[in-house]
Amino acid sequence: MGLEPDAKVEEAGGEHPPALRATPFEGGLVGALRAIPFAGGYFRIAGASERGARLFFAACASTSMLIVLLIFLFLFKEAVPFVSKPGLSDLAGTRWVPVSFQHELFGILPLVLGSLLVTLLASVLAIPFGVGAAIYIAELARPAEREFLKPCIEMLAAIPSVVLGFFGLVVLAPLVKAVFHLSTGLTALSGAILLALMAAPTIISIAEDAIRSVPRSYREASLAMGATHMQTVWKVTTPAALSGIVAAVMLGMGRVVGETMAVLMVTGNAAMMTLSPFDSVRTMTATIAAEMGEVTFGSTHYQALFWVGITLLFATFILNMVAQRVLRKYQRS
Amino acid sequence: MNKRNLLDNLGLWTFRIIAYSVVGAVAYILLDIVVKGAPSIHWDFLSSPPRKSGAAGGIFPAILGTVYLTSGAMLVAFPLGMASAIYLSEYARQGRFTRAIRLAIITLSGVPSIVFGLFGLGLFVLFFGFGASILSGCLTLACMILPTIIVASEEALRAVPQYLREGSLALGAGPWQTIRKNVLPYAIPGMVTGSILGIGRAAGETAPILLTAAAFYLPRLPKSALDPCMALPYHLYVLATQHPSADQVRPMQYGTAFTLVAIVLFFNVGAILLRAHFRKKYQW
Repeated sequence: MGLEPDAKVEEAGGEHPPALRATPFEGGLVGALRAIPFAGGYFRIAGASERGARLFFAACASTSMLIVLLIFLFLFKEAVPFVSKPGLSDLAGTRWVPVSFQHELFGILPLVLGSLLVTLLASVLAIPFGVGAAIYIAELARPAEREFLKPCIEMLAAIPSVVLGFFGLVVLAPLVKAVFHLSTGLTALSGAILLALMAAPTIISIAEDAIRSVPRSYREASLAMGATHMQTVWKVTTPAALSGIVAAVMLGMGRVVGETMAVLMVTGNAAMMTLSPFDSVRTMTATIAAEMGEVTFGSTHYQALFWVGITLLFATFILNMVAQRVLRKYQRS
Repeated sequence: MNKRNLLDNLGLWTFRIIAYSVVGAVAYILLDIVVKGAPSIHWDFLSSPPRKSGAAGGIFPAILGTVYLTSGAMLVAFPLGMASAIYLSEYARQGRFTRAIRLAIITLSGVPSIVFGLFGLGLFVLFFGFGASILSGCLTLACMILPTIIVASEEALRAVPQYLREGSLALGAGPWQTIRKNVLPYAIPGMVTGSILGIGRAAGETAPILLTAAAFYLPRLPKSALDPCMALPYHLYVLATQHPSADQVRPMQYGTAFTLVAIVLFFNVGAILLRAHFRKKYQW
């Protein structure tokens, strides 16, 4: 039995507390293989299982690629008939009137503009809060404070978007209506406030990582020159982490663009070409969610909704890729 | 000197107020849901089906549906995600294949949830012919939470110190033996806690199941995986926005929201506590 590799592995792990030594993978198939009486057979099977394991894990890992490919494939598969009739140029129109007795219009520009307006507004709100909180948690908070703040922010990330949307509908929208004396509280602004809350955890956690990974020597040099703690944070640490912070904001924006339920519930869903935060808007995500339930599968309207989905997919894809590139560049330096 | 101190303090307090205002927002939202939702929670509400199109009765079928969808999604995504993470952390070398996988995972994690819904509709509901069903919903949700699980599991694997692997390999063990005996036992707790976060996400998502699985009202409980089901987030959405007398059913809405938040936070807080526990237990 001395030749059996498993026994040596056990020895190698022998320094660890006994409770850890019992592995959950004892027995089963592995145990059955080991029970094969002659050592030669065992070794051959062990070699095969090593190769098999590698192949198995590689195959599992490739499913992610497969899913991405299938997403692109099936979005286009459902959307493509639109190209021949009524034609892609219809998508560039400024009016979205998918259900009409005379002439249906599938211009997605008001939806794109709606998504853009809500996203930009949400970013304007989320950046100071997100980055400010990240700076505080990374640089200024005492350790005990940090242990309290971080789970709180993780909790915000955990609240389902439909619950935030519900809160927005019942509490926030009436508040916005009262404060700004509007006829309805279901506006781009209400949506943006909720989305800022959703983007905040993403921005905070990634920006915090970026700030914390600024080398200690930067801070020490600054403090040694007589700068105060605040000056160091403001003039040295934050600028040094800037690219990471930018990436954090972009990933937060990616989350905002793709958010569906909250905007569906609080932005009022009027497909208009507007830039005012006090108007109702309709985003791309909300359009798909609201209308997909009522269309006939395969109809022009159905295909148009898939084009909206494709636009959305590419928008988030590009945002993510640029953010990753920024992150990588800054991690290398 | 005094002016410097003053400015320093001002800056510190600005940042402190900003950080705590985020916490305040979280607390306000959760308190609102808990205070207005808790009174609706009683045994009847949790155990009976809705009556009068959601205006009365309970939410039992929706809870059950969410349990089905979430556990089904985990059943698919957890083994797949763990295996992917093992490949990426233990086997993969720098190269085109690995880069492509990483790119795919990053892309997946950025795909909007409603786009997953469209994808699930195109592939599972229509192409495979599963129809709007629990199966379609589970598979769609599984695709969505896969990146969360992979990233969490890989982090847990990477936290296992290199010398445990080197010791085993130096004694002649193969990579799979090493992983099985010297890496996984220490990484599994971290992998599981990380994946619990995926459960929370799957339970709370609405957009993907909107197009693939959910029905607002079903007269009977689903009998097989090919039946559609009710689900908590979708139930809340319909009650809040589509119900003819949405203002009158507010207690039902808050009750549903409370139940959903309770389920999701249960998993999340559980994951956070477990993680803290294991961090203390395994300090390398």
